[in-house]
Amino acid sequence: MIQYIIRRFLYAIPLLIGVNILTFVLFFVVNSPDDMARMQLGQKRVTEQAISNWKQQHGYNIPLLWNSEAQDQEKVTKTIFYQKSVGLFLFNFGVSDSGRNIGADIQERMWPSLALALPTLVVGLVVDVSFALMMVLFRNSYIERTGLVICVVLLSISSLFYIIGGQFLFAKVLKWVPISGYDDGFSAFKFLILPVLIGVFSGSGSGVRWYRTLFLEEVEKDYVRTARAKGLTETQVLFKHVLPNALIPILTGVVVILPLLFMGSLIMESFFSIPGLGSYTLDAINSQDFAIVRSMVFLGSVLYVFGLLLTDISYTLVDPRVRLS
Amino acid sequence: MAILWTDALIYLLLISMLGLVFYMRSRDHMQRPLSKLAKSKIGVASLVILLFFVVIGLLDSIHFKPTNTKQTEIISVLDYWATNLREHSEKTYSAPFSTHLYSKEIIVAPDGLVYWDYPRLEFGGRHIYLPERQWLPDVLKKIVFGLSQGVVIAGLLFVGFLTTRYVFLRKKTGLLFLSSPTKTALIVTGVIIAITYCLVYLSAYYHVFGTDKVGEDVFYQAIKSIRTGLVLGTLTTLIMLPMAIGFGILAGFFGGWIDDIIQYIYTTLNAIPSVLLIAASILMVQVYMASHEQEFTSIIVRADMRLLFLCLILGVTNWTGLCRLLRAETLKLREMEYVQAAHALGVKKSMILIRHILPNVMHIVLISVVLDFSSLVLAEAVLSYINIGVDSTTYSWGNMINGARLEMAREPIVWWSLSAAFLFMFTLVLAANLFADTVQDAFDPRRSAD
Repeated sequence: MIQYIIRRFLYAIPLLIGVNILTFVLFFVVNSPDDMARMQLGQKRVTEQAISNWKQQHGYNIPLLWNSEAQDQEKVTKTIFYQKSVGLFLFNFGVSDSGRNIGADIQERMWPSLALALPTLVVGLVVDVSFALMMVLFRNSYIERTGLVICVVLLSISSLFYIIGGQFLFAKVLKWVPISGYDDGFSAFKFLILPVLIGVFSGSGSGVRWYRTLFLEEVEKDYVRTARAKGLTETQVLFKHVLPNALIPILTGVVVILPLLFMGSLIMESFFSIPGLGSYTLDAINSQDFAIVRSMVFLGSVLYVFGLLLTDISYTLVDPRVRLS
Repeated sequence: MAILWTDALIYLLLISMLGLVFYMRSRDHMQRPLSKLAKSKIGVASLVILLFFVVIGLLDSIHFKPTNTKQTEIISVLDYWATNLREHSEKTYSAPFSTHLYSKEIIVAPDGLVYWDYPRLEFGGRHIYLPERQWLPDVLKKIVFGLSQGVVIAGLLFVGFLTTRYVFLRKKTGLLFLSSPTKTALIVTGVIIAITYCLVYLSAYYHVFGTDKVGEDVFYQAIKSIRTGLVLGTLTTLIMLPMAIGFGILAGFFGGWIDDIIQYIYTTLNAIPSVLLIAASILMVQVYMASHEQEFTSIIVRADMRLLFLCLILGVTNWTGLCRLLRAETLKLREMEYVQAAHALGVKKSMILIRHILPNVMHIVLISVVLDFSSLVLAEAVLSYINIGVDSTTYSWGNMINGARLEMAREPIVWWSLSAAFLFMFTLVLAANLFADTVQDAFDPRRSAD
């Protein structure tokens, strides 16, 4: 088991190196720091002086990969690649283009993101699974057909409409909750309840359908037929036999996105002004702050790789059939 | 004639799709799923709606330079037909079917009196004298008139269809002898024609969906957005297909180090959150375009290049899912008896890939292409909201929503842009989803047991 985990862990390293090189190419090779400076300073009538000042300020005034002017070791270390990209491996995110410490910002902003994303995930899972179970229980009836129609309609509506509509109805017209904002501690509840509910509702169309297919696949299997032949009622079959077995793909599907919850949701957070990592990223994209976008790309991939690792481990824990080879 | 990049690609795609349809019709093993598709009422109805959108998109993809006007930008055939809509712009917001502007202004009456009121629209409802009394009867009259004319036209087309059918096929005419999916198709076509005619008829007199902030007709914007949605939904797939099919089959068939490398590539790409990858790439494109301004002379060309880049980037972030599916399926097929037999008979590996593996994974490709379409159309709206979607000058539902969102706080609220975008997007995506379900039912061998 330990060996297996170590092997999976080692596999993650080339992945992260790949991500790092890809982001480096994307951010520094395709476009030179000169282009970035020009973008930040405004397009036209930028003097060479202003550009080199900007590069000086943000530490982009060194060669990309190989500094031939420097001494021994510094030939490698005094380069953009070493200073901007290698540091990411140690979670040393550096300073954003606007001069703030990215690492500190991330630590502070990851909790509101989690406070929004985790309840959305948990409530969503419970709601989706229970509706899916109900539809499977009443399969080939009007309840199932109506449910399927509702699902297709729900998943054909853009999530933006759910947010705009929900915000308008519950916050503006009915005034049940504040329109947007955030607070520390438990008073955050009243700000979070609407985004969580909207998140659950907008995801339910595809969620219910997906879990329904999982359950239906399981219902067709031989052991379920045996269970029915023993004389169990359909409800017993569903809850005692089908649900536990279908939970394996459901749980592993959840585990892979667990770490990514820290990244938050871009649109939800910006619509409801929740100061999480999602709105942080969005602000960075809009103000074209390349340092933050780069850090978030790397952070996101680290979390994803971590999620893959967790999935592998949870598979071996939940399903005894998966052999550790 | 002026050909934009996306125009050329869209027509290329159209030709290859038609080719695919003819190829499938000539193949025996494709007959059963195709006939299953043709027998499904929902499938046929959603296909008709999709085709309607596609026709509008195609009309909007033939661009030319107008000769008689002074403007220098190129326009499409659709623009040409909708010249009225395009040029009937007001000063600012006005509600659907309204005769007055949304906001009050200082008006100078003919007799020199100055007062503060809602001014009349320049084009919307210009034909009526006393809006207070005539407006409602006029609107109702026009709606009924438009609808009934539309129904008559649909009916004439219907009769025409039956006669041609009788003349060419020597089949008995009459509704009773039509199969029920054909009836569905005819009814849906009739409804679409009637509604379209009615809307076009009404838009000559009123702004059916109101006007937006700069006074542009929202109906026109919504129609123009169809092309953007279709381009994103289809071109992205066109771009990702070669990558996904090639890599997926190679990885599954050869295994070993080829498999390792391909798996490494797609896991790495998958590891980067797709929104961020798109954002990063779009930022790069923006920087590139800003520093190479002389290459992108006209606004339309620039917006078009950005649309193409967006498709490219979405394609790069989206191919991994299909690639993984194809790899798994090829792994399974590799061990099948007929592939083993081909090996034993000394068939070349490349030949086995093309003759035996590729045709047998095509149903997965087809299903995932149709399934991806609706999610791509929906993704466009979200991306436009984050400002990493299409260019802000491109008409798209995402841009419409984005613009309308800020006006929700106004009193009375400006709801029409949002509703129009919602209506068009919902119709397209719903039709696409229903069609995808039918395609999946028809082509997925696991599902077609019943």
